[in-house]
Amino acid sequence: MKEISASMAGTVLNVMVAAGEEVTAGQEVFMLESMKMEIPIESNESGKVAELKVNIGDFVNEGDILLVLE
Amino acid sequence: MQKILIANRGEIALRIIKTCQKMGIETVAVYSEADKDMPFVTEATASYNIGAAPVSQSYLNIEAILNVARKEKVDAIHPGYGFLSENAEFAQTVEDEGIKYIGPDPETIKLMGDKILSRKTMATAGVPVVPGSNEGIKTLEEACRLAETMEYPVMLKASSGGGGIGMVRCENEQALIKAYEPTRARAKAYFGSDEVFVEKFISDARHIEVQIFGDHHGNRVTLFERDCSIQRRHQKVIEESPSPFLSDTTKNLMFQTALAAAEAVQYKNAGTIEFIVDEHENFYFLEMNTRLQVEHPVTEEITGIDLVKWQILVANGEKLPLGQESIQSSGHAIEFRLYAENPKTFLPSPGKIEVLDWDKGEGVRVDYGYVSNSVVTPYYDPMIAKCIIYGASRDEAIGRAKLFFANLKIEGIRTNAPLFIEVLKEEDFLKGRYTTNFLTNKTFAVN
Repeated sequence: MKEISASMAGTVLNVMVAAGEEVTAGQEVFMLESMKMEIPIESNESGKVAELKVNIGDFVNEGDILLVLE
Repeated sequence: MQKILIANRGEIALRIIKTCQKMGIETVAVYSEADKDMPFVTEATASYNIGAAPVSQSYLNIEAILNVARKEKVDAIHPGYGFLSENAEFAQTVEDEGIKYIGPDPETIKLMGDKILSRKTMATAGVPVVPGSNEGIKTLEEACRLAETMEYPVMLKASSGGGGIGMVRCENEQALIKAYEPTRARAKAYFGSDEVFVEKFISDARHIEVQIFGDHHGNRVTLFERDCSIQRRHQKVIEESPSPFLSDTTKNLMFQTALAAAEAVQYKNAGTIEFIVDEHENFYFLEMNTRLQVEHPVTEEITGIDLVKWQILVANGEKLPLGQESIQSSGHAIEFRLYAENPKTFLPSPGKIEVLDWDKGEGVRVDYGYVSNSVVTPYYDPMIAKCIIYGASRDEAIGRAKLFFANLKIEGIRTNAPLFIEVLKEEDFLKGRYTTNFLTNKTFAVN
């Protein structure tokens, strides 16, 4: 199980992947809005998305898990 | 007017407190848990913790703010900029409570907050608007058809957007198709409405705005322009007045147009008309900001007028203190927004400011929100301070700005100060030859 967590506190503006989808390392998977800026979140590993932990509009804190890879 | 509640934080809360102190008015600050040690909290006459760090639980929590206002029996509420400053429902609720709202009428805020309605209103008043949709776009096909008629590149924008968020430049139809759904989704997440519209993208443009002011007696004036073309991520970084680019003929035409725009909505209090200006000095209405602008000190420095004082006087029903002919511009002012961010990637860099100090030389004004040992938390806009440098001429202001940044001490977090040092050496900036592409098209020796 590999997890992708939020690098900063902010609001989830966009979720670019769906459960079951394959992602590659370096792919942008989320767009957060923090401090009036859009912060892209990239996957640090390749794998299949097992679970999305957040929805568009959610507020997340630094370190919160956004997505779990199989 | 004896007591004012400030529904904001950071430098603007402190800025408003300073004018209130000069006018002998008491101030009430409201703050979030994350801001309890901020200078504006200690500087206000009274302060109240209204909730947790996320803005929805504190600075956007209308009920929590009104509870404090009732308890303190304040005469007025100043919304600052951002947060609730362009929220018509908030303005209306404040007035329904019998408290004065320091800003325009709620109807005006609502009308200008809808980017499509504001375009329509201005076009009807004879103000030139950027070619684009007259209604919200319903389908992707409609967006493509419209974009085709005005030719690419186009901007896809959220109808209720602002602050540089929710807009995407599309070079061609493929780009528009790719951007359409994500832009709608983001508009929904960020502004609560997924309505979007398409506008012609004007290349090699400048972003120039006109400060206006109105009172409740039908008087309206302009207080000159501010050139805000130096931007990153569609957000302003450097602003100056006068614009080093515009001819006097165009300036005067823009002032007359801004007055016509203000007239069209019977505008009261401080407002800003933003225009986009192409290389041939054709200008088009972009949007109207129905509040005090971040960069208002630039105007204060060249006119000697305290805009916050004027806002309070107007909200109190008084007439504008000066007529148009008595408002004069003298010298040159440049504002640099000091941000807690990586100067190369522009990504935020929150953390503890170990040291913040500067030389209080001639022509230097710093509107700060933080001091040494303050913590920049990840919850809010990363602006630390606005450094406003004045000179008798543009060259003198630039010379003073170079000295200011050479001696600025800021440690503990990354900031964009190194970028300003480089910009101030750059030939095109020194000559006043720049457009909104300036920061993206050039490479600066910062890391």
